[in-house]
Amino acid sequence: MTDIARMQSASIVPPAPRIERVPLILFGALAIAPFLAALSGAEGYVLSLLCRVMIFGLAALSLDLILGYGALVSFGHAAFLGIGGYAVGILASHGMEDALVQIPVALAASGLFAAITGTISLRTKGVYFIMITLAFGQMLFFLATSLAAYGGDDGLTLPSRSLLAGTTILKNDRVFYGFCFICLLGVYVLAREIVSSRFGRVLRGAKENPTRMEAIGFHPFRFQLLAYVISGMMAGLAGVLLANQAEFISPSFMTWQRSGELIFMVVLGGLGSLHGAIVGAAAFLLLEEFLPEILHLASFMLSSDLQSRLVENWKMVFGPVLILIVLFVRGGIMGLVPGGRHD
Amino acid sequence: MTATLLLIQALNGLQFGLILFLIAAGLTLVFGVMDFINLAHGVQYMVGAYLVAAFSAWTGNFGLALLLALPTALAFGLLLEVLIFRHLYDRDHLDQVLATFGVIVFLNQAVKFIWGAAPLNVPVPEIFSGSIEITDGLLYPVYRLVIIAAGLAVALLLYVLVSRTRVGMLVRAGATNPQMVSALGVNIQRLFMVVFGFGAMLAGFAGAMVAPILSVEPGMGDNILILAFVVIVIGGIGSIRGAFLAAILIGLVDTVGRSFAPNILRFFLDPATASQTGRAVAPMLIYIFMAAVLFFRPSGLFPAKR
Amino acid sequence: MTKPLLELRNLRKNYGALIVTDDVSLSVPEGEVHAIIGPNGAGKTTLIHQISGLAPSGSGQVLFDGQDITGLRLHERARRGLARSFQITSVLPGFSALENVALAVQARSGSSYRLFGNAAREPDLNGPAMECLNLVGLGSRSHVLAGLLSHGEKRQLELAIALATEPKLLLLDEPLAGTGHEESRRVVEVLRRLRSRTTILLIEHDMEAVFSLADRISVLVYGRLIATGTPEQIRHNPEVRAAYLGEEEMA
Repeated sequence: MTDIARMQSASIVPPAPRIERVPLILFGALAIAPFLAALSGAEGYVLSLLCRVMIFGLAALSLDLILGYGALVSFGHAAFLGIGGYAVGILASHGMEDALVQIPVALAASGLFAAITGTISLRTKGVYFIMITLAFGQMLFFLATSLAAYGGDDGLTLPSRSLLAGTTILKNDRVFYGFCFICLLGVYVLAREIVSSRFGRVLRGAKENPTRMEAIGFHPFRFQLLAYVISGMMAGLAGVLLANQAEFISPSFMTWQRSGELIFMVVLGGLGSLHGAIVGAAAFLLLEEFLPEILHLASFMLSSDLQSRLVENWKMVFGPVLILIVLFVRGGIMGLVPGGRHD
Repeated sequence: MTATLLLIQALNGLQFGLILFLIAAGLTLVFGVMDFINLAHGVQYMVGAYLVAAFSAWTGNFGLALLLALPTALAFGLLLEVLIFRHLYDRDHLDQVLATFGVIVFLNQAVKFIWGAAPLNVPVPEIFSGSIEITDGLLYPVYRLVIIAAGLAVALLLYVLVSRTRVGMLVRAGATNPQMVSALGVNIQRLFMVVFGFGAMLAGFAGAMVAPILSVEPGMGDNILILAFVVIVIGGIGSIRGAFLAAILIGLVDTVGRSFAPNILRFFLDPATASQTGRAVAPMLIYIFMAAVLFFRPSGLFPAKR
Repeated sequence: MTKPLLELRNLRKNYGALIVTDDVSLSVPEGEVHAIIGPNGAGKTTLIHQISGLAPSGSGQVLFDGQDITGLRLHERARRGLARSFQITSVLPGFSALENVALAVQARSGSSYRLFGNAAREPDLNGPAMECLNLVGLGSRSHVLAGLLSHGEKRQLELAIALATEPKLLLLDEPLAGTGHEESRRVVEVLRRLRSRTTILLIEHDMEAVFSLADRISVLVYGRLIATGTPEQIRHNPEVRAAYLGEEEMA
């Protein structure tokens, strides 16, 4: 009833975009965090953790674009992280260390891989789509393990972070943090723009009712393919950043478990809101980071031996937490924040 | 010489394919009948391997350990069904993927917690140790032949169960048209449990059988799960026959491909490049194969649903 | 008579041994309102699927605007001016009524691959969409989510969506299905207004509506067309009467 009342009171032209609270708070917090980190006494640790949050936030955001707005459950999205990472590693080992070269190459490679695999995957529907994207992800994973020249199974340590226009400023952790922040903000704004555009509207329509879309003359396949390519390129960018953050690349960037984690981040934050994916990534990584600490504190009454075994096996708590979230937190974190969702 | 190698690799491929089939059979039924994606199916294979390792360390007898492991694996599968999976049947695939992913995280750590992170070894049962000469100069381990025989026997048993019994008929009907089955007044909940438990036991059996020839370690079910998914997608979801053929195909393509890809490429490339490219391409072969199948037949080779 | 806009030549479709449409030939001239009636299971919806491209034909040809479109798919036919509604209401429930229609306007005006610019604020899309909504009498409900509309309103929305694609031919699959008396009266009113704008081919069970709307009627029984003619001719056709005997009293 209140829903209907709210709909009817809306004017013909949608209201001008009001500044939304959640993304404002989110990006505001990320912007001031480095200043607080400097005071914390553990600046390096905090910055590195938050960089990881932003990088996985970027990857999760890219996945939300096709998952939340296109209902395409890509279970191979970590492959793009790998492509981005290996673009950095392979180019660097051939002496091309500038991000201004690496990023375009990474984007092109991700886009190409997305175009090829998307053309095949999008012919299938539902469960088959999940499985075929999973298989393509595995294919790339095994390709990486067999790249003996670039470390094979063990991966490859980068000589240093990428150069930026010939300078070494990215080696500074604060500058690198800023670089990640700008990438995330830029991609977020771009994704918001895409979602509300004509293209985004067709994508959302195809998610709701593909047959209806065909009946008015749209071929959902092409729109989904383009969205898949865009999403893949965004995730490729996240891969470039991740390689630089870790100063290391390995096939473990693109295990299927990693793809599963990305999906989890999106669902945890709340599907189809973009900033929800970033919040989800943050929640996931922080939980992973601090769960051992929390367990340590929570089990103070146990003997120190049991306590350390519990902390060591924190994943035995993490797994059930994930299950409980799926079973009971519907709509993700954004579903809990009043007004946190928008469509 | 090459013919001998080919024969050995073909046997290895067959053995690997049959193991894949044991896992995929349960997966494809659960998938087809309940429309449920169970990522945790791979850990049931791992649990089977650990159970047989634990029981054979305890009893000192592989056969006895297997006899104990099977009902335990079944009970474990049913426990998971009641505790978790049952609450996911009416959720969408995404929720199913994520919740069962949580189960994997938990169980991989749980086996580490109980048995430690180091791989366990299970000795090959005494009577099946050693090799026999199949043809002139070709020795092949007896135990691997036993796996092949057991795999074929289970496949046959499954065929009889699915095509000749009442439950089998319901399962086939359920894979084709689930609404119809529940409309017939069948207790669908119980049917689900039966299918689920049986699938879990088959996966556990596969894990138990390979325990003596592989190392039993945490996460051992993760990659084979993906292969099982490849199998059921190629075979067509819900089709036992499709899963069987696809499993054998995948087993052969993977095993034979790994040993012969460099040789085949040598016809086109210089030896060094050929062996390097061959090593890179071989593990990708089955995924390329799957992509090719789905490109031409988006619902697999033997789609059960119409 | 004007040239035929839609021409069916010996259309046939079977599911296994079951023949659903059998050797259907029909021609609909531009500007006509043509109704297909027939008892349940006569293959009417399948015929609409074959014409719109949702289901492939076993054999035969579909000619539209002088061109053979038999091999084209649903979205390709839609682009050529063949719009359809669905028997089971098919709208985008999470979109507002206006957005549902604006999307259909978007399909025929300008590129839909634009990644920038807020589509919801484009007057070129919202203007014509609003016009279509007003035409079907949904103007005041434009911002209600389609999923929250009443059943009758959804039927009206379907018409608005189909209209917004500026079709040469409107294929309507039981536009009155499931509507109450008041609602069905409103939809018939809308259809009457549309007849001056486009050619209409419809399937309908409501005989009163069919006989008052249609210029010509075809009768489909067990996949075969047994008669085509004006409402008056059909009413007095003995074969038709025989086919409907015991089904329902004809108006």
